Amino acid sequence: MDLTINGSSRTVDLPDDMPLLWALRDGLNMTSVKYGCGIAQCGACTVHIDGEAVRSCQVALGDVWGEITTIEGLGTPDALHAIQAAWIEHQVAQCGYCQSGQIMQAADLLARNAEPTDDDIDDAMSGNLCRCGTYPRIRAAVHAAASAMREA
Amino acid sequence: MGRARTIARRSFLIGSAAILGGVAFGAYFVTRPTPNPLLEGLADGEAALTPFVKITPDGITLIVPRADVGQGIASTQAMLIAEELDIDPATATLDPGQPHKAYFNGIIAGESMPFPAWDDGFVARTVRDLMMNVARLTGSQFTGGSSSTADLHESLRMAGATARETLKAAAARTGLARADLRSEDGHVILPDGTRIAYTELAADAAKIEPVTDVTLRPASEWTRLGKPYQRLDIVAKSTGTQDYGIDVALPGMLYATVRANPGRGGGMASYSPDAALAMQGVRSVVEVNEGLAVIADNTWFAFQAAQALEVDWLPPDYPASSAEMWQALAEARTEEFQNSRLRDDGDVEAALNGATVIEADYRSPALAHAALEPLSATVLVEADRVQIWTATQIPAVVRDAAVEMTGLDPSQVTLHALSAGGSFGRRLDHDYVVQAIQIAATMPGTPIKTTWSREEDMTHDFPRPMHMALGRGRVGNGRVLAYDLDSISASLISSWFGRIFVVPPGADTMLVWGAFDQPYAIPNYRVTGYAAPPMMPVGSWRSPGACSNSFFHESFLSELIHAAGADPLEERLRLIADADSRRVLEAVAEMSNWAGADIGPGRGRGIAFAHTHGVPVAEVIDVTLTERGIRIDDVWIAADCGTVFDPVNAEAQLTGAAVYGLGHAMNCELTYENHAVQQTNFDAFEGMRLYQTPRFHTRLLGRAERVRGLGEPATAPAAPALADAIFAATGQRLREMPFNKFVDFA
Repeated sequence: MDLTINGSSRTVDLPDDMPLLWALRDGLNMTSVKYGCGIAQCGACTVHIDGEAVRSCQVALGDVWGEITTIEGLGTPDALHAIQAAWIEHQVAQCGYCQSGQIMQAADLLARNAEPTDDDIDDAMSGNLCRCGTYPRIRAAVHAAASAMREA
Repeated sequence: MGRARTIARRSFLIGSAAILGGVAFGAYFVTRPTPNPLLEGLADGEAALTPFVKITPDGITLIVPRADVGQGIASTQAMLIAEELDIDPATATLDPGQPHKAYFNGIIAGESMPFPAWDDGFVARTVRDLMMNVARLTGSQFTGGSSSTADLHESLRMAGATARETLKAAAARTGLARADLRSEDGHVILPDGTRIAYTELAADAAKIEPVTDVTLRPASEWTRLGKPYQRLDIVAKSTGTQDYGIDVALPGMLYATVRANPGRGGGMASYSPDAALAMQGVRSVVEVNEGLAVIADNTWFAFQAAQALEVDWLPPDYPASSAEMWQALAEARTEEFQNSRLRDDGDVEAALNGATVIEADYRSPALAHAALEPLSATVLVEADRVQIWTATQIPAVVRDAAVEMTGLDPSQVTLHALSAGGSFGRRLDHDYVVQAIQIAATMPGTPIKTTWSREEDMTHDFPRPMHMALGRGRVGNGRVLAYDLDSISASLISSWFGRIFVVPPGADTMLVWGAFDQPYAIPNYRVTGYAAPPMMPVGSWRSPGACSNSFFHESFLSELIHAAGADPLEERLRLIADADSRRVLEAVAEMSNWAGADIGPGRGRGIAFAHTHGVPVAEVIDVTLTERGIRIDDVWIAADCGTVFDPVNAEAQLTGAAVYGLGHAMNCELTYENHAVQQTNFDAFEGMRLYQTPRFHTRLLGRAERVRGLGEPATAPAAPALADAIFAATGQRLREMPFNKFVDFA
């Protein structure tokens, strides 16, 4: 199976019906993509396919329809994306386990909506669970990232 | 005169030890001063005592032995050392170290004694000190009870100061006076301005006696502590580069998962592995504690095959359904099961006799911890060594389990302690690590990562115990006159300590935490604990005991205050003498512009107070009735944990704990049928989501004398404050969690 992930071609030898989540984690050791529930209830496994946020636990490997972006494709510690910079500025993370998925969901939102309201953020982000309860800072960081991206 | 300071002066000794090419510094508690306990007190095999600061020519390593489960304690520990060591902690390597009794938790055992945390009398202090020595002797190293900052804030700063002064002494050997040297940013500065890096001084520092006559800098001189700073893990956690226990990858690694008896504690009559073994990528099926495990080429194959296992489970020997469990609790409210009566002021029976008695009964359900990272451990068993990669709050217990299971020496066990994707108390057990060792032991030489599915994680949690209470009380003249609370649950202490250590003698104080230990001076005031017969094994859930008892205690107090016609804030203040507690109530009143529970039609305001983990917390909550249900608008939290070292993270712990308390109170419970948990994933156990999250307003007063931790204290008062707000808005008293059984939330 040939995949394009973060602009690079990757090959995995795994069954078509295996969830993309496990192909990324166990097959390609891309462990930024987190397993939390396996049933699309927590959002920890969120990646982009052709720019759209999807739950990788629900996408069969054989059904991948486009280029995959994980959080590494968004930005890195040495070259942060504006959303990651806002997440750092607002010190959102506690345990941090959900945050890759939160950030990928926020990236999808901000690509479609440059100036989201609180309600827009609620609608877009409420599928992403945070058991530590970082929600107030997530809200603030999304607004800050939106502002930074508009000014960029 | 700070109590902690007195302890520190009497019982700290500092030692150093030469390590390969460098020097290591440690702070070590002893009751009798001896000259160098690190070196002289060591038995064979203990020579490699792991200290708090290691400096080699290659760099500085800070040992941060308390587990970071999201609460940010790795950063706080590093900052405490760095403040005195004069380094930028971001330039140091953080290492949790190996389990060692030098890292024992000296606070937590004392807090389990039958004295309220606000009781600073002679007996309470003496017993706490005795228990600290017991903890030292048993070497119990664990992270929990919001104890890390309280326990380590002096010893870590002392380690940093000792290392700094010893490095200066090493630099001063050429005839300079140590007092003439300065330190700055990882360097010793000579009078002529010459800068010598600590790393260059390490080898020399190892050869000299450590400087022990150090004094800690006063807060007014701190350059890092108490000021907003960036968590050291924040970049990694914002870029997907943080390594959690579940992310371990080793060459040649295989993957496993567990399928255990859904009726926890029951056995296995028979099983057939054939169907699972026939599936793709499956290597083997092995027996482990509580069930079976599948070893496969990846986690997904293991998950699939685990479902295909055919097993005939045996039922455990406790009630099978929630209804029967509640019945068992109700039947335990008898003299036979009375476990404690740690509060018995005045004469409750006389006060209630013949009076108009107000009664109410309450229920708090079992809850899963449900950390977002499912439990996982990776183990490599070899002939003369065991290595374990996992996230745990009890590293010494994990190490000892590996020793017992393999017969190896403790020095042959290496624990690679990793960050946890949450815990909330779940990693105070090590069942998942024991299984992972059992699994890896079947394939020596091959590292195997065992990951529980979410369903397994929820089904085989050690949940918060089901808990119920009966309140009886009397009011008159606008006041609460008598308060009697019976609190009933299976014993958490017996269940949990029985698994990881030994069951301590005496009353289960945790069963009544959050009730007996509240600082109210009600003239006739009694709290009685009843320990029901054991049911499903249970565990510590964020703010154990108090997460249920505070709901009972504060809710019933609110009912009495309402019946008395008093103001819920004013009557609490009238009943409380403790200055720290009064201040947080006054602060939350000011923050929320308190003027009673009535804030207009369709709205309601609630209040609750709890004194848990030594921290008084007051919370006020406003709700609005909307077409879609009850919306939580604002939450005000005032608390006092004494000195705040890490203000940004402290605020996060207050709000996070309140979200945790509110979300579960709104919509979470574990129910049982045929001994099995009925809620096995987040579709049936949601907690709070972003759209439900209110605005938070927090204040830490910084006035309390003793330093305390904040991981848990804001949890307990959240549920009763919400129930109180809902009553103010609707007139409906919610006496059972979760509240969504009775009302809708927007």
